[in-house]
Amino acid sequence: MLSASSLRRAAFSARSAGIIRSRLASTLAVIEHADSNVAAGSLSAISAAKELAGSDPVTAIIAGSNAAKVAESLGKVPGISKILVASNSAYDKGLPENLAQLLAENVKKNGFSHVVAASSAFGKNVIPRVGALLDVQPITDIIKIESEDTFVRPIYAGNAIATTKSNDQIKLVTIRTSAFAAAETEGGSGAAVEDAVDPNSESLSEWISEELTKSERPDLGVASKIVSGGRGLKDKENFDKVIYPFADAIGAAVGASRAAVDSGFADNSLQVGQTGKVVAPELYIAVGISGAIQHLAGMKDSKTIVAINKDPEAPIFQVADLGLVADLFEAVPELTTKLG
Amino acid sequence: MSSKLRILVPVKRVIDSAIRPRVNKAQTGVETQGVKFSINPFCDIALEEAIRIREGSKSLVEKIHAVSAGSIKSQETLRTALAKGADESTLIDVGDKDLEPLSVAKLLAKVVEAQDSNLVILGKQAIDNDSNQTGQLLAGLLNWPQATNASKVEVEESSGSVTVTREVDGGSETVKAKLPLVITTDLRLNEPRYASLPNIMKAKKKPLKVVKPDDLGVDVSSRLEILKVTEPPVRQAGIIVGSTDELIERLKSAGAV
Repeated sequence: MLSASSLRRAAFSARSAGIIRSRLASTLAVIEHADSNVAAGSLSAISAAKELAGSDPVTAIIAGSNAAKVAESLGKVPGISKILVASNSAYDKGLPENLAQLLAENVKKNGFSHVVAASSAFGKNVIPRVGALLDVQPITDIIKIESEDTFVRPIYAGNAIATTKSNDQIKLVTIRTSAFAAAETEGGSGAAVEDAVDPNSESLSEWISEELTKSERPDLGVASKIVSGGRGLKDKENFDKVIYPFADAIGAAVGASRAAVDSGFADNSLQVGQTGKVVAPELYIAVGISGAIQHLAGMKDSKTIVAINKDPEAPIFQVADLGLVADLFEAVPELTTKLG
Repeated sequence: MSSKLRILVPVKRVIDSAIRPRVNKAQTGVETQGVKFSINPFCDIALEEAIRIREGSKSLVEKIHAVSAGSIKSQETLRTALAKGADESTLIDVGDKDLEPLSVAKLLAKVVEAQDSNLVILGKQAIDNDSNQTGQLLAGLLNWPQATNASKVEVEESSGSVTVTREVDGGSETVKAKLPLVITTDLRLNEPRYASLPNIMKAKKKPLKVVKPDDLGVDVSSRLEILKVTEPPVRQAGIIVGSTDELIERLKSAGAV
């Protein structure tokens, strides 16, 4: 006990050096889930929440008819002290209108100092709306936490990095998931589960349907390897014939440039870039992609970048660790055979 | 409620998307001197969508009002919007101040009120601050429904309800809401038109009203402080390999495959 409490004190004084910290600081992680599983991006949001909270408690909030079930697995995540559960089917489809009300009410009631969510389509949809309800200026897509009020984020499609200090009472942030390691999913001692305050507000919109891209391949957002195709593939048939077998040979997810998506070679959900997904895998292989700044914004933090392009002047070669100047229609099938 | 649309399209003047911005020497922002500015591409798509809704059904749209909050130079952006098909416009002159999305949303909420708008179409994000917030903030302030990242918009004339297909992480989803509504646009929604010379000339005669944040009673003071803006880390120069075999060998020795 003694050692634990002195550790806590030491941690606290280290953190409070130079930082005036409110005494009741606590952090709320907003959990996104699908098919009763915690979304991978939310595990990164939990890591970021833990980093922000230091020795202070981290609470998670989860909403939907499956929320209680997801809370069970969430309880095993180390470092979460409490889980607020809103078991209400009104939140099942993540409609932002009633969800923002739910989040705002719970932040107000519990006095959270920080709210963290993944910068996913879900997070970007709902968190700014919460900002409006709480009169707080949110901070999108942070890649680093400097201190409890100072965050680092890319601007201008990753061509500049801004260090931003928030003077709001509540810090409302979404995190770039590729910049924070996913939290462990085992080893926690079980968090207290409580009912969230549920304002039961009506959603102003109605969910009609969804069309999700079904795939056996790793999910683009969290894959450790990605093979991306661009305009150089020429048509959808080639894209399917060249990119997918290569991705499968090395166990990679498939991505695409905006040019490939616009030309109908691949689904929009596979788009990597400023306007699509931002990824940072161990290995990113760009096939027939010139490397426009819009695309680079989405992948230039990958650990190893490989470019295969027949144009030696293509800007992609300026960021590639390994470049192969070759006809992709010969090189890629060769690589597929040799690595398969 | 009448389902006649009074569409508000907020547009932002940003550094042209084809230009690679450079961080300024003082590390307070990016260099803007002598740099080409254009309408934010997502705003251009928002405007195009408003025009297409009117082209789809003339009787449906009462007016399209373009609005921009920025320096006096944002007039050019509004003239572009007028040349493409907006009927009238408002410039909220904030001087050289770089507004935060919450301030913009508060200003827009006042313009919505003044223009009696019932549909606001915005870009999903500005390509300078990359925030992706203003539409959602505005919808939250107004307590209107929101449909973000729209790739398809269908307005049902009789009922005043709007069906929107949205780009989401795993694919797309479709939602429906009654007017009034805030929509933000994805790239895939449409292909914006160019303004023709006669329309650019005509646009000079269309209304452009200039107001100040004080006229609207909105406090636009910042909540965030930009402490520093830096260049991103530079990647080490790579190697050009001679063959697929060499590529595989190097990937294997690096443990990448």
